[in-house]
Amino acid sequence: MYRYDPLDQRLVDERVEQFRDQVARRMAGEITEDEFKPLRLMNGLYIQLHAYMLRIAIPYGMLSSTQLRKLAHIARTYDRGYGHFTTRQCIQFNWPKLEDTPEILAELAEVQMHAIQTSGNSFRNVTADQYAGVSADEIDDSRPYAEIIRQWGALHPEFSYLPRKFKIAVTGSPNDRTAAKFHDIGVILKKNDAVETGFEIIIGGGQGRTPMIAQTVREFLPRHDLLSYLEAIMRIYNLMGRRDNIFKAKLKILVYKLGIDEMQKLVEEEWNQIKDGPLKLPQAEIDRVAAHFAPPPFETVESDPRAFDIHKFESLAFARWARTNVAAHKQPGYAIVNLTLKPTGGVPGDATAEQMDAVADLADRYSLGEIRVTHEQNLVFAHVKEADLYRLWRALDEIGFATPNLSLIGDMICCPGLDYCGLANARSIPVAQRIGKRFADLDRQLDIGELRLKISGCINACGHHHVGHVGILGVERKGEEYYQITLGGNPAMDATIGDVVGPAFSSDDVVDAVETVVTTYVKLRADGERFLDTYRRVGAEPFKERLYPEKTDAAA
Amino acid sequence: MALRIFTGNRVADGIVVYLDDAGGWTETVSQSRLVATSEDQAAATEMADKASDDAVVADPYLIDVTEDGGEIRPVRYRERIRAYGPPVHPDFVKTTPSDTDHFTPGGGASRPSGDGA
Repeated sequence: MYRYDPLDQRLVDERVEQFRDQVARRMAGEITEDEFKPLRLMNGLYIQLHAYMLRIAIPYGMLSSTQLRKLAHIARTYDRGYGHFTTRQCIQFNWPKLEDTPEILAELAEVQMHAIQTSGNSFRNVTADQYAGVSADEIDDSRPYAEIIRQWGALHPEFSYLPRKFKIAVTGSPNDRTAAKFHDIGVILKKNDAVETGFEIIIGGGQGRTPMIAQTVREFLPRHDLLSYLEAIMRIYNLMGRRDNIFKAKLKILVYKLGIDEMQKLVEEEWNQIKDGPLKLPQAEIDRVAAHFAPPPFETVESDPRAFDIHKFESLAFARWARTNVAAHKQPGYAIVNLTLKPTGGVPGDATAEQMDAVADLADRYSLGEIRVTHEQNLVFAHVKEADLYRLWRALDEIGFATPNLSLIGDMICCPGLDYCGLANARSIPVAQRIGKRFADLDRQLDIGELRLKISGCINACGHHHVGHVGILGVERKGEEYYQITLGGNPAMDATIGDVVGPAFSSDDVVDAVETVVTTYVKLRADGERFLDTYRRVGAEPFKERLYPEKTDAAA
Repeated sequence: MALRIFTGNRVADGIVVYLDDAGGWTETVSQSRLVATSEDQAAATEMADKASDDAVVADPYLIDVTEDGGEIRPVRYRERIRAYGPPVHPDFVKTTPSDTDHFTPGGGASRPSGDGA
């Protein structure tokens, strides 16, 4: 994985000392909260309902075991013993003290981590495919390009005061695992006819109160032009994006207003002026960064399907886990292992310091000391020998990270909601917990099949409800919590935004409503159909009929 | 005039605090200084402004409460979650009286605040 060069390290170290001084001045009353707020937000420090919250960047979701141990240490020493993995491959701590944050950031800098640009109207953490470099289905490794974008965007002076926050995802696989179509910019690796790696660039996607699917602004961009093209997009946005209305400030609104053709014209005009300038990426620089992501020294190991089958025969639980949580690796004899942070009735995405330490130890033992964080709030071991799968499963089971529910209904995305978040209108975690308990039967989850359920506690949509096969949005009406259900959302390349199925349900009724949606699907599905396939075939009406029988009766 | 109290987040550690009778800031909502009249409010506002100026409390603001036998309880659901929660994490939930479920929604609309997502 990427290692800081002296310039990276100096930049982060200097930022820590700068923030240490800012915190000291705030504590001494020399600057007001209004003056301090933009400074702390530039360093990932929010004030939430109960306390400060510190969000730490995990660029494109990659962590070393050393870094994860440091996060465990921070949780234990400065926080309340746990952290929360977010939907943009970051981690956040819910209880840091302001007076401790300079020291926390100094400790992070020791392991080449920081909290810069994890909040505010900035260029946020670049996300990428958690299977990058190891999946059999990818066109090329997305991480070198994500790292190049990170270096270009880190503290970019021209983009320090954007109209709104700005998010970029990079994917190298046609089976997108990054929700690229719901980012301000999606960078999709492609090969041209000459089999050269380049990118399709899509822009103007996003969720929030106005969900939109990104549109193609350039079909194929040569790789050497990546940064100049992104800079051209950012410049147009920085110049023309609205700053007078927070709800209309995102790139998606600009693209919608101008239309993709006009936006493309403006971007290309700008790009033509800068494309042959200093942002042209030399091949030597691409190679230098790519060298950090060279394949690790895999051992030549043969697959031993017989041993694997024996373990699966001996343990139904292992067989289930191997079926749901293990993915194909491009290297024979190796596998990709998903650690779902979704134990039944647990808080999606939470991990204790002890669990983080245990995962770091297991990564050292079984996955070359590397961990990846997914936007679906899970972790990945990318390099596990098939022969180690059984031992690893037993160890993961002991720490509660072997629930065999990847991509099933128990594997929910869920924002912190009103338990923690100052923006939330309703609680989301308890809804996830109750749904998890209702569908605790793993055989039933497997029978239901792939069903991506995503829950947000407010319209800002951090829980990605718009793109859930089943989405749940918490709303407040006169102090009461209600939950609106959307159906048919999908974050993949064939992206769709979920349809609101009808009036919202009370907190007491929402789990029964999810049950009704699931049983309706099971009744209607054809052989091999996932929930999404059935929904696309039959539409919302059969679900509405069962969710709102009184309304249907009245209309008849 | 409705009963009110001042709350905010303590600058040093971000913890939820309430203005108390002595002009200090307490973590216990039932020890809050009640504001019942315009005179009360003027005096409490002066103390809250000073706490803000002195960097003791960030952005103090008034919330509606009820008072019953010495127990002061925020009206709005969001403020009850601030006062007693987070309900999802039992280890960190503050003491609740036996006869009241603080985490039952209700109490009128509340306006979200905070720093964005």
